[in-house]
Amino acid sequence: MTATASPGTPGVLGAAIKDALISAVLTALLLTPLVGFRATEDGGGPLILTYRFGLVAIFAGIVAVLRLVLNLTLWRPGRTRVKRPPSPALVAFTDRIGTAAKPAFFVLLVIYPVLAVLASGGLGPSRYWIDIGIYILTYVMLGWGLNIVVGLAGLLDLGYVAFYAVGAYTFALLSTSVPVSDFFAGALGADFWRLWSFWVCLPACGLLAAMWGVILGFPVLRLRGDYLAIVTLAFGEIIRLVLINWVDLTNGGAGISSIPPITFFGIPFSSGDDGFAALFGLTFDPMHRNIFLYFIILGLAGLTAVATIRLRRMPVGRAWEALREDEIACRSLGINTTLTKLTAFSIGAMFGGFAGAFFAVRIRFVSPESFTFLESAVILAIVVLGGLGSQIGVAVSAILLIGGMEMLRNLTFLKSDWLLGPDFDPSLYRMLIFGFAMVAVMAWRPRGLVSSRLATIFLKQRKKVSADLVAEGHG
Amino acid sequence: MSGPMLSIEGVETRYGKIVALRGVDMQVNEGEIVTLIGANGAGKSTLMMTICGNPRASEGRILFEGRDITRMPTHDIMKLRIAQSPEGRRIFPRMTVYENLQMGAALGGYAHFDADLERMFEMFPRLKERLHQRGGTLSGGEQQMLAIARALMSRPRLLLLDEPSLGLAPLVVRQIFDVIRDLNATEGLTVFLVEQNAYHALKLAHRGYVLVNGAITLSGSGRELLENPDVKSAYLEGGA
Repeated sequence: MTATASPGTPGVLGAAIKDALISAVLTALLLTPLVGFRATEDGGGPLILTYRFGLVAIFAGIVAVLRLVLNLTLWRPGRTRVKRPPSPALVAFTDRIGTAAKPAFFVLLVIYPVLAVLASGGLGPSRYWIDIGIYILTYVMLGWGLNIVVGLAGLLDLGYVAFYAVGAYTFALLSTSVPVSDFFAGALGADFWRLWSFWVCLPACGLLAAMWGVILGFPVLRLRGDYLAIVTLAFGEIIRLVLINWVDLTNGGAGISSIPPITFFGIPFSSGDDGFAALFGLTFDPMHRNIFLYFIILGLAGLTAVATIRLRRMPVGRAWEALREDEIACRSLGINTTLTKLTAFSIGAMFGGFAGAFFAVRIRFVSPESFTFLESAVILAIVVLGGLGSQIGVAVSAILLIGGMEMLRNLTFLKSDWLLGPDFDPSLYRMLIFGFAMVAVMAWRPRGLVSSRLATIFLKQRKKVSADLVAEGHG
Repeated sequence: MSGPMLSIEGVETRYGKIVALRGVDMQVNEGEIVTLIGANGAGKSTLMMTICGNPRASEGRILFEGRDITRMPTHDIMKLRIAQSPEGRRIFPRMTVYENLQMGAALGGYAHFDADLERMFEMFPRLKERLHQRGGTLSGGEQQMLAIARALMSRPRLLLLDEPSLGLAPLVVRQIFDVIRDLNATEGLTVFLVEQNAYHALKLAHRGYVLVNGAITLSGSGRELLENPDVKSAYLEGGA
């Protein structure tokens, strides 16, 4: 680096310290009325003024240190940016890591429940970690499903949660339906439907969601970009409103409860003699079911990933990518764009339907509140942050966003009296953090976290298509 | 096969109330290079797109090998082995050159893919060098070569070329026109070429049509049109 002034030069250091002090004072002045004084209600009585000068001092300190560091490094006068090409050894090393990363990641996912149990010391205490794993994987799967529509086919879908809802309600309605249960009771035994409903309904949920994908696809065939986004947004809201208002079928806002729990392919996770634990010679523990749920969502997410990778190599997958690039060129090459769009919508929707069925069997309760626009926005954010079209990127951003928001709940030290007070709920700030994460990623990595894309087809050697060749935020 | 390969009979195309083509009649015979020249806004590209069914002709018919394709969906028209290199090239900018070429072969089912790829490399050696580069990073001339190569990957019987010389250096234009001439001479490929670069187009073509305000005003062999005083004053003044 060719700096005209090194950080040791008194002039630069002095100016930086001065700037840091001024910023700290300004921050303190600004925040004293905003943060320092706080009026709290005392059990219905008059308002009481509390002081939180400690917090103000911390904020001022953060600002001062950050500005000092930035002034000495990134903002240092005379600093020239030198872009060094990565050394060949480093490239070779990262390539080796890159090839080892996928199997390692996969193994980690498979043994994750074991690790969770060992680390937390027992099945019971591992519940929190297993549940987080399930939660994150659900979003990874939804992200991968939406990635087909948005990332590959380039159709901006703001109503993806509708298919999630279709899947969840299909399973909820079928599994709690008395006529269906009676029908199978007559044919295959009284307990059949209670034990097997998930496994029978799963394909049906996917198919119905795919059908709704086609139903949404037809009216929006001629739309692109902003117009498509608005219509899909409306579609998502319509599904939710129908679920709320069609009380006869869906029980309205009260939702559907007492959905039968998951079974190990017909063997219930119960403490009885015919339960999973007894049959496999284990001591009964309710955590068995959660761990099994973890493996189901892992399998479903894996299915989504493998299907997407396969489809991308098939003519239909390449047609999706070509469609994203240029619709008219696609048509002039003899590609049926109608069919291509509908397959993208329906296959993306199908995976959303699978995830919905899983959601219903895990929570064992569905209500329209679970399928708000916010969910669609979160899933879309995961896809965009991860890098449109990149599977690994979507997985990483789901882990960061969903896992990160979950971790926020653990920041209990923020609740101390001298900081934000016991009423402070860090998880309420999720959306704020979410917003910051979006802005930060779009500012520094406008093409998403993982932005290089492997060419799906190649002549002799597979080459990475580098980041500047991949979709940018303004698509 | 008797009769012309492509026959356009009284075609009229409108954009809303605006009439872009008014009763166009023209033919392209098998093995010919036919060019359509005309000023900006004469309707050249509209005619090209109307052949592909987007937009559709509101009057008249378009026959390909005696078959009425006026109302066929675009992708079905392409299945009759008509290939188009559209105006503005329209390559897939974020896909590699290789992927672009593969999209071109999608209709043929990749049966001759490797052999066709080698053929394209012989015709356009530059594409081989750029094979794993993204389409959008190519120069204008290379993009035009890619657009033509992509169209040829489907082994068409009729190639529709919309302004291949647009925005290219004279040397590159000559290179591209040489390739078209070779394809026609050695493989008997039928070419329908829409051009503003009237001098080069008429020198290349067996026959030509002149389109003015959506109607054909003149037709004849390439040489005849080159020597026609009206064509000279309207399209050739100032030289090639």
